[in-house]
Amino acid sequence: MSAPTTTTTTATGGSSTDPEAPILHPSKGLFHDMWVIARRGLIHMKRQPEQLSDATIQPVMFVVMFAYVFGGAIEVPGGGNYREFLMGGIMAQTLVFTAFGVALSIANDRKNQAVDRFRSLPIARGAVLGGHAVANVIKAILPITIMSITGYVIGWRIRGDLVHTVGAYTLMVAFAFGMIWVGVLLGSLVSTPEGVNGIAFVALFPLTFVASTFVPVSSMPEPLRTVAQWNPVTTLADGLRELFGNPNTPVQPGDPWSIAHPVAYTWLWVVGLVVVCAPLAVRAYQRSIAS
Amino acid sequence: MTSSAPAIEATGLVKRYGEKEALGGVDLAVPVGTVTAVLGPNGAGKTTAVRILSTLSLADEGTARVAGFDVAEHPTEVRRRIGLAAQDATVDPLLTGHENLTMIGELHQMPRREAKVRATELLEQFSLTDAGQRVVSGYSGGMRRRLDLAATLVARPEVLFLDEPTTGLDPRARNELWVVLDSLVGSGTTILLTTQYLEEADRLSDDIVVVDHGKVIARGDARSLKRQVGGDNIGVTVADVRALDDVSAVLADLTGSVPVIDRVARTVTAPTTAGVAGLAEVANALAGSGHQVEDLSLRQPTLDEVFLTLTGSPVDSQSDTSSEFAS
Repeated sequence: MSAPTTTTTTATGGSSTDPEAPILHPSKGLFHDMWVIARRGLIHMKRQPEQLSDATIQPVMFVVMFAYVFGGAIEVPGGGNYREFLMGGIMAQTLVFTAFGVALSIANDRKNQAVDRFRSLPIARGAVLGGHAVANVIKAILPITIMSITGYVIGWRIRGDLVHTVGAYTLMVAFAFGMIWVGVLLGSLVSTPEGVNGIAFVALFPLTFVASTFVPVSSMPEPLRTVAQWNPVTTLADGLRELFGNPNTPVQPGDPWSIAHPVAYTWLWVVGLVVVCAPLAVRAYQRSIAS
Repeated sequence: MTSSAPAIEATGLVKRYGEKEALGGVDLAVPVGTVTAVLGPNGAGKTTAVRILSTLSLADEGTARVAGFDVAEHPTEVRRRIGLAAQDATVDPLLTGHENLTMIGELHQMPRREAKVRATELLEQFSLTDAGQRVVSGYSGGMRRRLDLAATLVARPEVLFLDEPTTGLDPRARNELWVVLDSLVGSGTTILLTTQYLEEADRLSDDIVVVDHGKVIARGDARSLKRQVGGDNIGVTVADVRALDDVSAVLADLTGSVPVIDRVARTVTAPTTAGVAGLAEVANALAGSGHQVEDLSLRQPTLDEVFLTLTGSPVDSQSDTSSEFAS
């Protein structure tokens, strides 16, 4: 260690009682740093009215609106209440938009130069992205919870057993986690928050509509139907319906494997997103902040 | 490592962005407890140098040690010991002042309670106590800059990097910030600051390094640098245009240099190395001459004048902007 030199206090590792000594604490590790950055993300949500409404008012609005506006017009093949059919779809849509939230936070970080601030601090590698991930999984859980309650109020019921119910909510959290990496990739490749808005609109919206989110896939013309059948949003929605024991389109002979095994197929997507998309996203992110 | 090792030491730093060479072999040595100003126009490479020294950016060639550690090999050790105030304030606009400082303290691995205490302490030191619980997006430019500066001091860094700390501030906010910086300078922290103003470099620093197009073109303390560029300027504005030639003669006589006459502004300017004493002489002589003097001033050479003398060409802002757009 360097010795104190002149009259100034430059001693390192000085006692904490010395009011002039540098404050040098050992690293508390990745998870501590992630949580500090995640808390910041949650404060951001609290302070941005549009983000807060996305997470709280919008889910209520969507459930009530779709249930009562479309509810009378759409018939679920195989019978059953449309309001119950709707819930799996609307939850799936919300989870897809997790990617949008992540992308927006990352683009904003770059715009506000928060990236540089964090990089000049002694934090664990990966803490910034990890913090965004944690914050956004929490941000996804909030609307899912509100939707579940709203759904219950308008007549949606969980008809499966506890194991299947836990399976459903686990699948949702896992899918949100997978979507985070799509968001990181998007936020790293697009340079501005405005750009993220644009891309989200042209990419994420079709993804959630060409799916069994609001209407049964069987009602769609080809080739839209094939696309929808392999769309993980469809299988997430169908998988949730299956796990909750809600009305769902019966599987027809000739339906692809994805439709016959929606839960397994969706899990494959989650694994795929984490294994393939996450490394690409991390690399794109590193490149976007390097200079 | 000996105790005389500089707090900042850079050798042959080169950084290229594509075709453009932002730094063309820069050497720096800032002794412990001193302040060095890097003076230069936009695009001279000031920010690039700060980014490399503060571990945000890797040099293509050359090495740098900050607070005793190599910036490329031990970036985390460097980060534990430095504070960086980037050109634009990087405090979080959606967090309160207190939350910003607490977060930075926690990311400096301080326990949450200690970070909060430190945040309160710094808010008080920077006269932001009242604003501490308000969201930063409502702060004025000067307040934001003060908070940004406070943020760099959370862990009592050994070395402080301030990238154009007063750019974009109005004169009042700039003065306030200077007072704050003065006290930091007095506390013994090693500081590297960049600026476009010779006045600021002169006021705050022990040493000045002048950079242009990624190269160091002059270095020394403010006095030797001013000697190189011919010292200060005495300016006299008279009420009556007809007095100009007479006043010019007085200035020529007392300063020994050739004055420049601006008939539209009714002003005569002449370089002087005599400083305030020279100004007093001129004032005495003019009082005796009976001419009505509207303004008498001693002002430092502008960056333009420094560059004109050092490089033979004025600050090349036109081509500079275009190359920045190109990159």
